[in-house]
Amino acid sequence: MKNAAQNAFSATSSVLRTIGMTFMHSFRKRDTILYPEEKPYLPPRYRGRIVLTRDPDGAERCVACNLCSVACPVDCISVVKTEDETGRWYPETFRINFSRCIYCGYCEDACPTYAIQLTPDFEMGEFDRQNMVYEKSDLLISGVGKRPGYNFYRVAGMSVGGKDKGQAENEAEPVDIKTLLP
Amino acid sequence: METTFFIAGIVALAATLRTITCANPVHALLYLITSLLAVAIDFYALGAAFAATLEVVVYAGAVMVLFVFVVMMLNLNQETVTRERHWLRPKLWVGPSVFAAILLIAMVWSMTVGGAIGGIEGTPLSANAVGMALFGPYVLVVELAAFLLLAALVVAIHIGRDERNEARWKAEHGERETTQAGEQQ
Amino acid sequence: MIFGISEHEILSIVVTAILTIVTLMGSVIMAALMIPIERRLLGLWQDRYGPNRVGPFGSLQVVADMIKIFFKEDWIPPFADKAVFVIAPAIIMFTTLMAFAVIPFTESWTIANLNVGILFLLAMSSLGVYSVIFAGWSSDNKYALLGSMRTAAQMISYEVFMGLSLLGVVLLAGSFNLGDIVESQRGMWNVIPQFPAFVIFFIAGCAEIHRAPFDLPEAEQELTAGYHTEYSGMKFGMFFVGEYLGIVLISCLVTTLFFGGWLGPWLPGFVWFFLKAFFFMCFFILLRAATVRPRYDQLMAFGWKVLLPIALLNVAITGAIVVAQS
Repeated sequence: MKNAAQNAFSATSSVLRTIGMTFMHSFRKRDTILYPEEKPYLPPRYRGRIVLTRDPDGAERCVACNLCSVACPVDCISVVKTEDETGRWYPETFRINFSRCIYCGYCEDACPTYAIQLTPDFEMGEFDRQNMVYEKSDLLISGVGKRPGYNFYRVAGMSVGGKDKGQAENEAEPVDIKTLLP
Repeated sequence: METTFFIAGIVALAATLRTITCANPVHALLYLITSLLAVAIDFYALGAAFAATLEVVVYAGAVMVLFVFVVMMLNLNQETVTRERHWLRPKLWVGPSVFAAILLIAMVWSMTVGGAIGGIEGTPLSANAVGMALFGPYVLVVELAAFLLLAALVVAIHIGRDERNEARWKAEHGERETTQAGEQQ
Repeated sequence: MIFGISEHEILSIVVTAILTIVTLMGSVIMAALMIPIERRLLGLWQDRYGPNRVGPFGSLQVVADMIKIFFKEDWIPPFADKAVFVIAPAIIMFTTLMAFAVIPFTESWTIANLNVGILFLLAMSSLGVYSVIFAGWSSDNKYALLGSMRTAAQMISYEVFMGLSLLGVVLLAGSFNLGDIVESQRGMWNVIPQFPAFVIFFIAGCAEIHRAPFDLPEAEQELTAGYHTEYSGMKFGMFFVGEYLGIVLISCLVTTLFFGGWLGPWLPGFVWFFLKAFFFMCFFILLRAATVRPRYDQLMAFGWKVLLPIALLNVAITGAIVVAQS
């Protein structure tokens, strides 16, 4: 009997306490961010709209290796490769279907040249679904993105565009395999 | 008041008729509820407002809900409706309706010629008067009804109790307060 | 004299008709207003905003929703029992609106000054059960049927406690008439001598209109939407508005029966009535924001093992005191 009375008391007081606590929330700050008027803070590494960056010299970073396309879990990237007269690869078309993209950032991870990067921008709403397909001209920006000083061809041991083997940064001259002398 | 009485009376008659002839049991129950409501309005028109509301609260509101409850659980379908139609052939209901008609004629005759019919005035009968009548001249009947209801309650609890289930519950949950009993109400 | 009716009677008929229309419109509009108020208040108590875009403070959101619901396809499932399916949502609107007829908003503003007002209210609320039962049955859907089964049991049980808790008030006032009950509270509001009755009535009323925390019939986590799973368009709208009408009704009843109705100093009677009723409407919303839904057997056990004995005890003690005083 005493136990039952205790139970009843604790149950009632717990319900009343809950109601009181909920009411006290009327004087708390609201957590909602009123979005269009008040923009939320997005960290620099936020995964949003995908861009294609250029190297510090102003040339395209993308070498059309298709690694991003392979890494993409929803297959939303399609790249067609072409070459210029110096043998340097670049994409003829670079197309991302943003109505499929899940912004996972695997393409950025896979990219060997830091060309493809995700940016803190998500305001990409469209009324026409077809407009969600971004072509190379829509993707390519004229900046370096998150990697300011990096130029793939300047560090890669590949002869391209007038730069011969061994001339890249931190690269030794190629070993002449036809001689025994060091 | 007289007009109300007759309109409600006609509605009650028609609804009761449909209750009998309707093949779909749930539709029949709907008509029965309508009939009860019409009878309640008749009571009200006669001045017995207390009886009228009690009719709605008890019969239409509680007893019929249980009826509907049970009928809903019976999983009735189109097959039942056709079977019900089959049962309601004219040959079957002619006999009972003839007898019912004889009863009706007898009642109407006794009321008109016998002089039992009074005017429909709608003199209000208060709840106070009903209570006084119940616990004054009719107190014995009320007590008998109370006995009957108490007996029914005890029987219901006895039947509704599942001792095996209770024993198992106690074994599983120890001496904690059983919440199971609530379901059996 | 026109058709044997005197001018005086015609005048009273016209006045009653106007009062009826005003009360009908007022209660339905109040119910509709409850929707944005509830959404905003829930937002406040959950540290968010709620709808705040359409109109000032989001007040026109309900208008937008209504326009949407009007133009939605009013679909009747082919497997449903059509006649019953259509009648069900009408019943809840009908019974709830009928119950407003006996509520005394002010001294002179009562549509039907019935001698058995409280019983009429109970009658209407017990008829409201049919709406839910028939909706669930005619939908021919397992979730809907389960929801309506729960409702039937819940509403029939809690009606008992509701009626019993009212008896104490009736004993104190010596009348079933709601106007007399308000008048009897001139000295002291009923909530003080009848506090257990007030608590029981509030809980039972909450269960009667199946509002949170007693919203088991439409517990969305287990029963999708309960008895109105198959409803859409305007028929669903009727269930929706019917629920809010229920809140308004129960708040008006609590005000009338326990908080002295229109009585109060300085302000006119109607303002007092409205303020008191509005307080309880907001309290219903606070309850929804704060409390958790009990399990079904807990609900039944709580009703029959806790509320019923307390209600009976309350009636017995009140009766003894009334007899001793007279």
